[in-house]
This record gives sequence, structure tokens and C-alpha cells, in this order.
Amino acid sequence: MLGSGIVKGFVETARNFVGSFHDPERLVTIEYPDERQELPENSRNFPMLVYDGDDPMKGLRCVACKICEKECPPQCIYIEVERDAKGKALKHPRIFDLDISVCMSCQICVEVCPFDAIKMDTAFELSTDNRFGGLLLNKHQLAKPNSYYRAIHPLEAAEVDERLAAEQAKAAAKAKAAAAKAPAPAAVNAVAT
Amino acid sequence: MNTALLIFATITLAGAAAAMTLRNLIHCALAGAVAFLGLAGLFLGLGAEFVAFGQVLVYVGAVAILIVIAVLLTRPARVAGESPRVEPWLPGVGIGVLVTGALVAMVKASLVARSPEAVSSPAAPVKAIGERLMTTYVLPLEVLGLLLTAALIGAVLLALRDPGEARRP
Amino acid sequence: MFELFDQLFVNLKHAVVGALPEGWRGLASPLISAAAILGVFASLFALTVLVERKGLGRIQNRPGPNRVGPAGLLQPLADFIKALTKEDIVPVSADKVLHFLAPVVMLAPVLLAYAVLPFGRNMVAVDFDAGLLFFFAAGACVELAVFMAGWSSHNKFSLLGAMRAIAQMISYELPLILATLGVVMLVGSLSLEDIVDSQAGHHWGWLARWWVFTPWGLAAFVIFLIAATAESNRAPFDLPEGEAELVAGHLVEYSGFKYAIFFIAEYLGLFAVSALAITLFLGGWHAPVAGLDWLPSWFWFGVKLAGFIVFFIWVRGTLPRVRVDHLMGFAWKFLLPLVLWNLVVAAVWWYSRGWAFAGAGILRWVGCAAMILIPYSLLGRALYTRHGLGPRTYRLVA
Repeated sequence: MLGSGIVKGFVETARNFVGSFHDPERLVTIEYPDERQELPENSRNFPMLVYDGDDPMKGLRCVACKICEKECPPQCIYIEVERDAKGKALKHPRIFDLDISVCMSCQICVEVCPFDAIKMDTAFELSTDNRFGGLLLNKHQLAKPNSYYRAIHPLEAAEVDERLAAEQAKAAAKAKAAAAKAPAPAAVNAVAT
Repeated sequence: MNTALLIFATITLAGAAAAMTLRNLIHCALAGAVAFLGLAGLFLGLGAEFVAFGQVLVYVGAVAILIVIAVLLTRPARVAGESPRVEPWLPGVGIGVLVTGALVAMVKASLVARSPEAVSSPAAPVKAIGERLMTTYVLPLEVLGLLLTAALIGAVLLALRDPGEARRP
Repeated sequence: MFELFDQLFVNLKHAVVGALPEGWRGLASPLISAAAILGVFASLFALTVLVERKGLGRIQNRPGPNRVGPAGLLQPLADFIKALTKEDIVPVSADKVLHFLAPVVMLAPVLLAYAVLPFGRNMVAVDFDAGLLFFFAAGACVELAVFMAGWSSHNKFSLLGAMRAIAQMISYELPLILATLGVVMLVGSLSLEDIVDSQAGHHWGWLARWWVFTPWGLAAFVIFLIAATAESNRAPFDLPEGEAELVAGHLVEYSGFKYAIFFIAEYLGLFAVSALAITLFLGGWHAPVAGLDWLPSWFWFGVKLAGFIVFFIWVRGTLPRVRVDHLMGFAWKFLLPLVLWNLVVAAVWWYSRGWAFAGAGILRWVGCAAMILIPYSLLGRALYTRHGLGPRTYRLVA
């Protein structure tokens, strides 16, 4: 009969209304500033620079090879190499700037980095009152400890740590062999722990 | 003379005058609605509740709306530079005088003018009006009803689609 | 004790008026009534907006506003301050005077309509002999205000919205008024006090003798509710401000407090028609069951009004907006014939009141109910299948 559909609708909304008071499945809202949703393992926002050890600037894995700068599709990365007094390039960035107002979170920089130095961060509360300087992050702002990386992407970080440890062990064994052959200065590994 | 009646009379006259003199036709129609409201106030002041509320319901609620919509549908509301005076004005004045004269004559001939005491208490209960309409005045009421029904059917017929006319998609 | 609570507000007013000097009393009495109505219903408006936002939220499985004050209770205050402090923009090409007057003309008649509503025993501002007619006369002025708002804005969306609103209001005014006519016919009075008095007393010693408990009364009540929803431009009949096609209808060019006044007028109109529905069909301030008579009359009125508000919020949360041709078709092809037929049923009910044989009461009830239900179902089916009131199917034409 005409009108039965309306009654059905009323029953449905009443069920929603009552259910939202006792059924957590019906009231799915997460009241964001008070509560936070746990981000999934693969969530990502903008890149960050991972460092090892305690000093962010000394421990940076980045060697300023500029691969990411070249590969970045929107060209939001700017790198300058640190040079010593004689002009010889040190394996270290003097400037590493990343404009997150330009970045499109494509993760290509992460994929091309041979040193596992740049990774995706999950922080999203990046609003600022200055849309130029405030969104242009320098290397101090970008540097994040490896422990933080492990916390936000546990699976990925474990895999990276394992690989780096293996590489380091291999390099150490090679250095040992070289040292046994001829006493030479110890090789400096850019990605030393 | 009652103060309230004076105020309502002023409102009615001012509304009517504005309705005749304003340039914008929509303004004229709305001023007409004000005059209707003032008239309703006059009825209310005289104790004729039923007529007063009927006046508002029919004239402000329906007739004024009808007028504004008719104005909107027929011509641009702003008539640029046109004088509100109607040409030729002489026949207009003549008709006005005739209508006023007829109204005055009717009022003079009515029961109110002849013996004001007889109708000193005009507050008729709605029930009495209803009973009169259904007994003494039943024929005029039915004739009016028939007329309005005929008008309604005519309007529907005018608005109907012609058989040959293509259906809208 | 009962007398004290029941007549609390009446006695309070008498005390205040009595304390004034002789010359002021005539003026003070209506002013106090008006102030009380204004205060109570303006606060009720604030409360309703909050309840509506919260309730709609719950219906849509979200918590609703909960940031301002404890559990969002101060939200109306925040809304009020926002409306007051917003910039009042008047379009350059608008008709300034009418643009300014429209909200006033909108609100004034709505407030006037409250004058005749009986809120409790002896609690009516003015008891007109033609009170019901007064109510509808006041309601009719709203259409003019809507037109003024739409036309003076000088905006095609507002004009179209106003035209739609007027067409809708005129169409639904017919079923609205005709639905009340059954009650008027049986009571034999247009005075709302008389109509409430006619619903005093009880069936079988316990159930109140409300008109809604008769078959024609129930049908008229439902039709009245539908028409009242349309009259107050509420969902699912809120086409005049259909965002999708008309931005906001006649309210497009209104901002700040003028918009708020329209908003208030809309809600106050809703309360007024709800109060009228209570008065006409739900026994006004009478208790529903004989045993609950000890609660004050104004309490019962408030409870019923709250029920109506909740119901209207529920409707808004449930039903999607009606299409414009369905809207008109529904009023003219469905509601109007039914409500006219309902008058006939009411007359049958009236003439069968003298039946005195065994089972007469049940036969009368069932017979009248069948007299309404059969045409309802037939008309519904005919419109559903033939005249496009049902779900619309689309075909690809080769």
C-alpha cells in the first residue's frame, strides 16, 4: 500500500538513532583532536630524512648524491653538497630543502634512494601560518631518528635495518681482508652505524 | 471616533494612495496588500472578526499574491519614465465619480445610515453568520460556489495540454 | 495543590497586572502575554535547533555538535553570536526597502498566530470567536513575505525559489484548512478554546475523547501533518530552498541576522502549526489518560509539542526531498480528494452518533475507517501506477 516505504524508512532511521547510543559499530566517528585513529602501516604523507645515532646532523644517512632531487617529479627537493675548505665534496648535504607545498607524496625519492636515507613520514598536522617559509622544510626539520622510523613503519624499517646490517657486515669483512693484505687507513663508510 | 479606527483608516488610505502613485508595479501591488490589511483592521475595529480574518486570508493571502504573480508574468515591473497617470484621464475620472456616487448612495440607503441604533452591536458570532449563510443566503452562496467552480474548470481547461501538442520529454 | 500549579502562570500574570496602577493594566496584560510567548518560544527555538542538530547527527550515525560547552549544550548561543556578528550584505541591485522589510513581514504574522493558541487551562492570549480563521489569516501573510524576499533580492534563484515556495504554500494551504474543517464541523465553532473544551471527557472512563481517536480525525490529522510540513517548508518539502538547484531559494541574498530571522520564523511557524494540530486533534492541554489528570495542563501541552518537534526532526532525518512535480501532484491529486472525502466521512460519523444497537460503536468506527481506507488505497494505487507518483523507471529510446 502507498506509504509502506515511508514507514520502513522511519524504522531504519530510528534504528540508527537508538543504535548510535550503544552500538560502537553505528557511531563510527573518531573525535579527532581528542582521539586518534591508528594509522595503517603503509600510510604516508611527506618524506623525512632518517639518521642513525644521537646527533641528527652527523648521523644522516644522506650522502647528497642528488638522485632524489633529479627524480622528484614536481622538483620539490633542493640539495647542496657540503664541501671542505679545499672545495672537495664531503658525503654530506649542506642544504637539504623539501617544499611540502609542492610535494605530491609519490614516494619516488624513497624508491630511488640507494642509501635508505629518505623515507615517508606519516605526520599530517603540518599546517602553519606562513605558506612560504613554513612549508619549506630544511634538513633539521626533516631529520628523524631511526627509532621513529621503526615506530611508524615497523615492517619496512625491520627489513631496511636487516639489509643495512648485512651490508655493513660485508663491508667490515672486506675492510678486514684489505687491512690484512696491506695496512691502509680504515675505509669510512657513509652509512656507518 | 476610535483612535484605532483612525489609524487603520489612515493605513488603508495611505496604502491605496501608494498603490495608485508608485512607479514600480510590484510596489503598487504590495501597497495594495497594505490597504487590504488596513481594511481588515477596520473590520476588526468594528467587531466583525469573521470578515476581517476572511479579508486577510483571501485578499492578502491570495489576491495580492495573484496580482504580483500576474504582474511578474506579463510585463517588466519597472516601467521606465512612464507617468503613472492614465491617458485619457477624463473618462477615468467620470467612472470614479460614478462608482463613488453609487457607493455613497448605497451606504445612505442601508440599515446603518437609517437607524444606527438597530445595528449598534455588530459583533455577530461566527455561528450566526454560518447559520444565515446556510439558511437565508443559501442560494447566493451556492450560485457563487457554482461560479467559482466554473472558473476553476475553465482555468484547468486553459492550462491543459492540447491533444495535438507534443508531450514534454 | 493541583490548582496552584495548573494556574501558576495565569495567577502570576494576574498578580503582576494587579500590582500595576489602574491606568496601565489594560496595556500591561497583552504585553505580558506577548512577552511570555516570545520568550518561551524563542528559547524553544534555540533548544530545537540544538536537538535537531544532535538528533539528525544520531540518525546519520555521528555524534552531532559537541564542542561548545558541555556536550555541545551552548551551541545555540554560539550560533546566535555568529548570526549577530556576521556581516549583513545587501546586494547593490536589490530593492533595499523590501529587502529589509521581508524578514519583518515574515516574523510578525507568525508571532501573531500564537495569540489564539491555548497553551493551557485559561492560558490563551486572545480568545477570538473566529480563532482558527485568525490563525490561517496570519499564516497567509507569510506567503507575501516570501515573495518580497525573493523578488527584492534581484536574483533569479531567489525569485524562482520564492515562486516555488508560494506555489507550494498555496497548494498545501487547501488540504491544511480542509483537514481542520472536519473538527470545526463537529464542534460547531471556530474558537480554539471551544475546540479544546469539546475534547474534554473520556471514552470508557479512561481514554481521552480526542478527535484523533476517530477514523476521520486520524485521517485529517495525518493530512494536516503532511500539509503543515509543506506549509512550514520543512523536509521533505523544503524544495523552495533546494540547494541542488536553487542555492537557497528566496534566502540566497540574506545573511547575518536577517537570515536568522527567516530561520526563526520558519521554526516558530512549525511550532505554531504543531500547536494547532495539538489543539485540533490531540485534545489541546488535556491529559491523554484519565489517571494522569493531576499533572498541570501546560505540562501536557509542552509534552505534546515536544513530541511534535521530535517527530518533525525524525521526518527530516528520514525522508529525501520530494520532486517538484510530485509535490504538486501529491497536493492536488491525492491530498485534496482525500481530504474532501474525509469531510463526508466526518458527516457520516456525526449523523451516526445516535446509533444505539449492540456493537454500534465498533460498527461505526470500522465502517468509517473503511470509508477512508478503501479510497486511500485505490487512489494510492491509481496514482502509483498511472500518474507517476511511484518510482520512476527510465528507458533508453532507440
